[in-house]
Amino acid sequence: MNLCTDQLAMLLADPGQLISVSNLALDPLSSAMVEEAQAYPVNRGGAEQIFLMHPDLVLAGTYTARASVDLLRGLGIEVVQLPPADRLEDVADHMRQIGAALGRPERGEAMAREFETSLASIGHDGPAATAAMYYPNGYTAGSGTLSDQILSLTGFRNVGAEAGLTGGGILPLERLVMAEPQVVVTSTPYPGASRSEEILSHPALRQLRDGAAQAHVRDADWVCGTPHLLNAIRTMADARAGLEGQQ
Amino acid sequence: MTLRHIALLLLSLLVMALFLASLLIGPAALGLKQSVMALLAGEGGPVALVMQEIRLPRALLGLLVGAVLGLSGAAMQGFLRNPLAEPGLVGVSSSAALGAVLSLQTGLAASFALALPLSALAGAALAVLLVLVMAGPRGGALSLILAGIAISALAGALTSLVLNLSPNPFAVMEIVYWMMGSLADRSMTHVWLALPFMAIGCGLLLATGRGLDALTLGEDAARSMGVDLARLRLLIVLGTASAVGASVAVAGAVGFVGLVMPHLLRPLVGGRPSHLLPAAALGGAAMVLTADIAVRLIAPDQDLKLGVLTALVGAPFFLHLLWRMRGLEA
Amino acid sequence: MTLFSLDHLSVRRAGKSVVDDVTLSVQAGECVGLIGPNGAGKTTLMRAALGLLPHEGSSNLARLPLGERARQAAFLPQNRDIHWPVTVDAVVALGRAAQGSGKLHAEDRRAIDRALARMGLADYRDRIATALSGGEQARVLIARALAQETPLLLADEPVAGLDPEAQLRTMQVFADLAREGRGIVVSIHDLGLAARFCTRLVVLHHGRVVLDAPPREVLSDPRLSEVFGIRGFLADTPDGPVFQPMAVTR
Repeated sequence: MNLCTDQLAMLLADPGQLISVSNLALDPLSSAMVEEAQAYPVNRGGAEQIFLMHPDLVLAGTYTARASVDLLRGLGIEVVQLPPADRLEDVADHMRQIGAALGRPERGEAMAREFETSLASIGHDGPAATAAMYYPNGYTAGSGTLSDQILSLTGFRNVGAEAGLTGGGILPLERLVMAEPQVVVTSTPYPGASRSEEILSHPALRQLRDGAAQAHVRDADWVCGTPHLLNAIRTMADARAGLEGQQ
Repeated sequence: MTLRHIALLLLSLLVMALFLASLLIGPAALGLKQSVMALLAGEGGPVALVMQEIRLPRALLGLLVGAVLGLSGAAMQGFLRNPLAEPGLVGVSSSAALGAVLSLQTGLAASFALALPLSALAGAALAVLLVLVMAGPRGGALSLILAGIAISALAGALTSLVLNLSPNPFAVMEIVYWMMGSLADRSMTHVWLALPFMAIGCGLLLATGRGLDALTLGEDAARSMGVDLARLRLLIVLGTASAVGASVAVAGAVGFVGLVMPHLLRPLVGGRPSHLLPAAALGGAAMVLTADIAVRLIAPDQDLKLGVLTALVGAPFFLHLLWRMRGLEA
Repeated sequence: MTLFSLDHLSVRRAGKSVVDDVTLSVQAGECVGLIGPNGAGKTTLMRAALGLLPHEGSSNLARLPLGERARQAAFLPQNRDIHWPVTVDAVVALGRAAQGSGKLHAEDRRAIDRALARMGLADYRDRIATALSGGEQARVLIARALAQETPLLLADEPVAGLDPEAQLRTMQVFADLAREGRGIVVSIHDLGLAARFCTRLVVLHHGRVVLDAPPREVLSDPRLSEVFGIRGFLADTPDGPVFQPMAVTR
């Protein structure tokens, strides 16, 4: 019922064990596993639909519609809820938890180990460069977020966190421009115009980006605490190395 | 110098002061001298970027949007001889928003630059025509307001429908923007897009002054004094549609400006519509600039909508007017 | 000189004939009273003649372009609308708008002063028109039509609801204007005032002209009681005929 648990489940479950994934798993802009997801029937997160699939176990996020989760529990179905991963340490924990919930703890443990090993190999020494995440409506990641941790791991200072934001929040374009980040990470626009995304093509931001390096990351890699997160981390590490090359 | 001239002069000074304040107030704390230098001479550098690409368009749009809303309100009131007429209340703004949203969501807006303001203009024109038909001068206050409610509700519902059906997940969040309006993070591109339409609209509306004056005495009297009502109606429809359409296309629907300003200013500049038009434009500019400054001061890091503030001032005002009219009609 | 001429003018509304084949002309120097019971078509006749309503037949005024029409004839509608709080001076000045540029010239100012003086409003100039009494507002609106200084003036029930002084003053102004060589068409319910001040009376009934003659003849015609359903007392005085409605005849 949740984009992130869907992906972990697809990676950890035995064939035939997972009977449905959420429709979000099929969205190429937020899901890193669209191809895999196509093999499963899709649910839209409604309790009625999920109940009729007769699952033994439902994996959901803690922010998944409460009413649906309560209803399913009331109907006697076991629901495991995972909070969103706010720290890199959470990611490996989640892998273990899902593995255990699916009855495949050894597989979860292996994935977590691999993730931790890969993570340990990445790091950056020396002075940090500035970077900002910038999303529609001027949304950015502040301190205490997974993005923030990835940025500091790969040798960046997060402009959002330095602006005093905790968690996600809005950073006015003016303050982003004044901070002059060396790298700006933005999302890929969805099809169909929206005014929220218009800010990403604002001339001021465009000029800023012309002066700054750009990191080309897939949003889908950032969203969830899955092994794909390593892609995002590696991209940022490369971007940091690229900056070094320029200097 | 009459009271009217003094009022116009003071209003102009007020608008200038507010325009400057709008340039100098923002989430990024910039020094006064630094900002002015950057605005006028700055080449490159983050301060110049902020001043020229973010604050200047915002201040300009505040000025322009306010001016056209005040002016359209005064012109509509003059034409309908009804103090409750206002682009927001009678559904012109929400229909313009529908036009804009349709052109954005169908991709028409991306096909050529003028498609967005033109679609908003078409939406606005349709609504003005509907209002004039439904609540012509003989319609009275009640039918005007009822027609306005119906048109606003329909346009609002269709706007929500279009945005809900959009493949873009952010579109739904924009319903509030289109209904309440905001000047946050607009660029010079928006200024250039809207300016020509606003200028044409204002030109057409300002040309209605003499006709509206004559209409003070009713339609028959006006026509017998040589006023071509068909031409006047055309000026009002095209002028309002063009000005309000362009304004909504770049800033969403900001309500009540066209209602409040003519009323506040009538005692100062006199009831003559031709005298009221320029004053209402200045007053509208002052009101929207003030609201936009307030938005930034009250909640600098949240995108508080402009229309929230104008409605907070305007809606009680509207009730007050209704109350007074109730006394008159009883 | 003929200032006003209607040729077989008809107005139909929802298939019904409201004005039926009216042929009428008014010369300079005439003050024509248009009389008839409610619903006889007086207002419709005036509005059609001014080109404010679609009609058949022809009217010399309706044929003119709008601007020229406004220089030929001023019209005082029955509704005394003053929608905004404007000064008396501003209302009367509107009468000059028809004459040209929008800017008031010295000649326009003089015309405004003359109109205000004729209606006894010289001291009201800077008062807010909407704050005046109904009778005063009516006088202001008449002054507006006078300020237009057209050869012809059409007034639709200008004295309805006025006090006796204002009624007499208004009708006297119309009679004076006619004597000065202008043409006046005034619809009026008060047959006494019509007898006293008009040079000619036109009786309209069911949209048709029934009688068209000097007051003395019209008011003594037996057809008058058929149209109005009243009989009255008519007497000659050195100042002209006097007519007093006396009793209902049906």
